[in-house]
Amino acid sequence: MPQIAQLAATYSSQIFWLLLTFGFVFFVIGLGMVPKIQGTVDRRDRQIADDLAAAERARQEADAQDEAYRAKAEASRAEALKLTQAAKADATAESDKTLAKADAESAEALSAAEARIAAATAQALGEIESVAAEAAQDMVAKLSGAKVNAADAAKAVKAALANG
Amino acid sequence: MHQFTIEPLFGTDHLSIAGYNIAFTNSALWMAITAVVLWVFMLGGMKRQLVPGRWQMAVESMTGFIDSMLAANIGPAGRKYVPYIFSIFMFILFANLLGLLPLGLFGIHPFTFTSHFTVTGVLAIMSFSIVLIVGFWRHGLHFFSLFVPHGTPIWLMWLIPVIELISFLVRPFSLGLRLFVAMMAGHVLLEVLSSFVIDSANAGAAYGVLIGGPSFILMIAICALEVLVAGIQAYVFALLTSLYLNDAENLH
Repeated sequence: MPQIAQLAATYSSQIFWLLLTFGFVFFVIGLGMVPKIQGTVDRRDRQIADDLAAAERARQEADAQDEAYRAKAEASRAEALKLTQAAKADATAESDKTLAKADAESAEALSAAEARIAAATAQALGEIESVAAEAAQDMVAKLSGAKVNAADAAKAVKAALANG
Repeated sequence: MHQFTIEPLFGTDHLSIAGYNIAFTNSALWMAITAVVLWVFMLGGMKRQLVPGRWQMAVESMTGFIDSMLAANIGPAGRKYVPYIFSIFMFILFANLLGLLPLGLFGIHPFTFTSHFTVTGVLAIMSFSIVLIVGFWRHGLHFFSLFVPHGTPIWLMWLIPVIELISFLVRPFSLGLRLFVAMMAGHVLLEVLSSFVIDSANAGAAYGVLIGGPSFILMIAICALEVLVAGIQAYVFALLTSLYLNDAENLH
């Protein structure tokens, strides 16, 4: 096994060149290059994290704006509802008033017409009485030849009508 | 076993510092190749684009892998160990994978230096030293409470700390030997199977078909397994180092 057979002759050379080459690897590569590569990776990670944070912030902002828009739309809708309700109430009141006026007018016309009918009835009744009195006067005159004055005839007719 | 032999290259046999030989060997060459290939790989991740390309993505996924492993095992305090754990993981991973390249087809023989316990031992001692330094730096002598787990009965106080101390001191050995053994065993297994193929084919056509054929099929499967082992051993080394660092950082 050369590792043992050559140990005494080669150990110093082995150790010397190993320390030299590994020293180069450690100082130039390990201490010189590795931190820079780690720095690159860290910078990239930080950039990605920052970008993600910015995206998250933008999303929250958009959410807030959406929320505000929704609240505003809700408010406008409520306002519109209030306005339509007011308009509806106004219209109802207006039509109620018109209706009441029309009712009053028709009631007035009705009562006037009733009064006219009553007057006409009374007149008609009066006429019937006078015609009946004249008829009774004539009938009495024709049947008995007795003259009945108009006042008596009217009284008799009135009594008969009142009893009949 | 020839593949594990260390040979000085470019006539540097007698290069030395203070009497210690530091010949530039094939092992050192592959350490250098590993470092350079790793450096080139990392260069692709240095474009620092916000939207990464494929290569940058690959590099970032490796750093992210180590980063999340340390975050899971140590917590937020684990981030400062990323450079070390990343270096050791990638260095071992690239060394294991480069050692498996079938470059023998072109006359170049890859050398897997992680199959030498001299190398894995140094890496393990490095990790263990960092654990000790961090532990005593952060907790001072209170670090020794690591050897007394929560809920230890008083009457077991003479035994449990001894067991814990031994298991703690075994860590660098298990860390280094595990990698060395796994890499060496894999390469030896491949070599044995390939020698079956070659020797049986040389012995005759019938032997070649009956013994060489199945061996060859098995070898292909073991090659795939070795690629897996190369990744797993690098991962285990990094994972165990980070678990030990967790002990040092957070005690229990």
